[in-house]
Amino acid sequence: MSEAIAIRGVTKNYDEGATKTLALDGVDLTVNRGQVTLLMGPSGSGKTTLLSIMGCILRPTAGQVLLGGNDVTALREADLPAVRLRHIGFVFQGFNLFPTLTAGENVELSLGLKGLNRSAAKDEARRLLAAVGIAEKYNAYPAEISGGQKQRVAIARAVAGSPEVILADEPTAALDSQTGKTIVEMMAKLAHDENRAVVIVTHDNRLVEYADRIVRLEDGRIARAA
Amino acid sequence: MPPLARRNLFHDRIRLVVTLTGIAFSVVLMAVQWGLFEGFSSSTAGIIDHSHADLWIAAKNTTYLEQAIPFNERKYYQVLATPGVGKAIKYIVRWSDWKEPNGHTEAIAVVGCDPDAPVGGPYNLVAGDIQQLKQPNAVIIDRIYADKLGAHAIGDMVEINDYRAKVVGFTEGIRAFTTSPYVFTTFKRALDFTVIADDQTNFILVKAAPGADIKQLKAELQRRLPDNDVFTTGEFSASTRHYWMFTTGAGIAVLMAAALGLIVGIAVVAQTIYATTMDHIREYGTLKAMGAPNRYVLGIIMQQAAMAAVMGYAIGMAVSLFVVHGVSTGGANILLSWRTAIGLFFLTLAMCISAAVVSVNKILSLDPAMVFKS
Repeated sequence: MSEAIAIRGVTKNYDEGATKTLALDGVDLTVNRGQVTLLMGPSGSGKTTLLSIMGCILRPTAGQVLLGGNDVTALREADLPAVRLRHIGFVFQGFNLFPTLTAGENVELSLGLKGLNRSAAKDEARRLLAAVGIAEKYNAYPAEISGGQKQRVAIARAVAGSPEVILADEPTAALDSQTGKTIVEMMAKLAHDENRAVVIVTHDNRLVEYADRIVRLEDGRIARAA
Repeated sequence: MPPLARRNLFHDRIRLVVTLTGIAFSVVLMAVQWGLFEGFSSSTAGIIDHSHADLWIAAKNTTYLEQAIPFNERKYYQVLATPGVGKAIKYIVRWSDWKEPNGHTEAIAVVGCDPDAPVGGPYNLVAGDIQQLKQPNAVIIDRIYADKLGAHAIGDMVEINDYRAKVVGFTEGIRAFTTSPYVFTTFKRALDFTVIADDQTNFILVKAAPGADIKQLKAELQRRLPDNDVFTTGEFSASTRHYWMFTTGAGIAVLMAAALGLIVGIAVVAQTIYATTMDHIREYGTLKAMGAPNRYVLGIIMQQAAMAAVMGYAIGMAVSLFVVHGVSTGGANILLSWRTAIGLFFLTLAMCISAAVVSVNKILSLDPAMVFKS
């Protein structure tokens, strides 16, 4: 099992005028490929901040983030989008699909950003939507499909271009329990069958059974990792 | 890649209609006001521009057509004796009074020309013939002013400065910038109509001999006539246009209205593009989180602005052409040239692109971490 992300002594402060908020306080964490890692903890514990730092969206105030062994904290701000594009796929709580594009086009867009031409992106998007079980929804707009189907499209979009890391923020929060279960099973397969590192931020204890590793955060620190 | 910009633009039809209405309104305002400016400008110097003369000789310090004061016709013979002069005629443009049989009077600008000369005559004749100016008391007027002058048909009789005058022809499209229409007649008759002494003239129009260098001829005439001003036709036209459009302030007012159109357009487009951007802000945040570079996201905003510009321009120009056509038979003279149309296209494009700058700033400062905030 190889290391996908390593967090070394990461601290994150938010400056809000005169107030300083310590969101993460010296966090050390390693996320491996082939595993589902759950980030759990109460609201305000720093889960989403940690996910954002893992995803190279936020820069830590101090500490190091190694992605595939490379120190991304040393990179310039302008270089980070390319790192995200190449190595990381995101799944969001609110799906964040583009409402003016069809399900297929949502996936195509991600592939297009990664350099695939229109026709190759179309073929790959069809394959990915088939892989998440909604091939027939290729031409449907997000408003025309269910929440579960939207999240499947989001997963197809996240795995487009085969990133080694999938980061998901409360992917089941907007779904009913059965649909949520299906979605998490799908994400677990991405980790176990396709050797990706899958990190899920969640409050949902029902997801625990799918986790290979559970990291509990409290007040910006890792309270327990199992 | 999927056409995200186009889809976003067309997604909200009502907003699109508002955007296009704003742009089209701005285009119409700019096109009509600029067209008015060009029309006014053209009408101030139409007589000069259509004179076919190479040089205009006027009294010293003449700055515009109607200002010229008479000078002695001896200068005319000096001009004729100058090498390089092919043809020269005495010419008058001067205010006078037009009196209809019912007693109604109008101010006019009498143009005294030589019906046999290739320069300075009436143009765009739609009824009658320039040679008919040789008839006793003959004048030619423009159809646009037929109602104003109370003369609708060839043969209508009026009085000009207490002399009988008979309409022998009509032109079309010779507009006057002032409220005084141009009335063409012969030079000799114009002397009576305008109370100029028989040995004087207002202008001398010169047609250079074939092969003569206009610049050199102008310099030579200026040397021989130190008490006069010698202009090329282009110079005199520009000077006359400048006087009426800028010295009187008439042009400034029209240009201000055109500038207002531009400002209104920028404001409307900026507001609507900004609102559209804000509507899709979460999507742009998602794009940035996914790793789309800023230039890609900005490209979407710019494409939307450019598409809105092209559509708004097309609608605006269609309406403008309709307006221009509608007023062409009235008193207003709106000139909408191809050059103006092309210039307006790029101005509209620039207007919409610059209006998108506010949205661009929003995108550049957009924190992709916002995608994790519900």
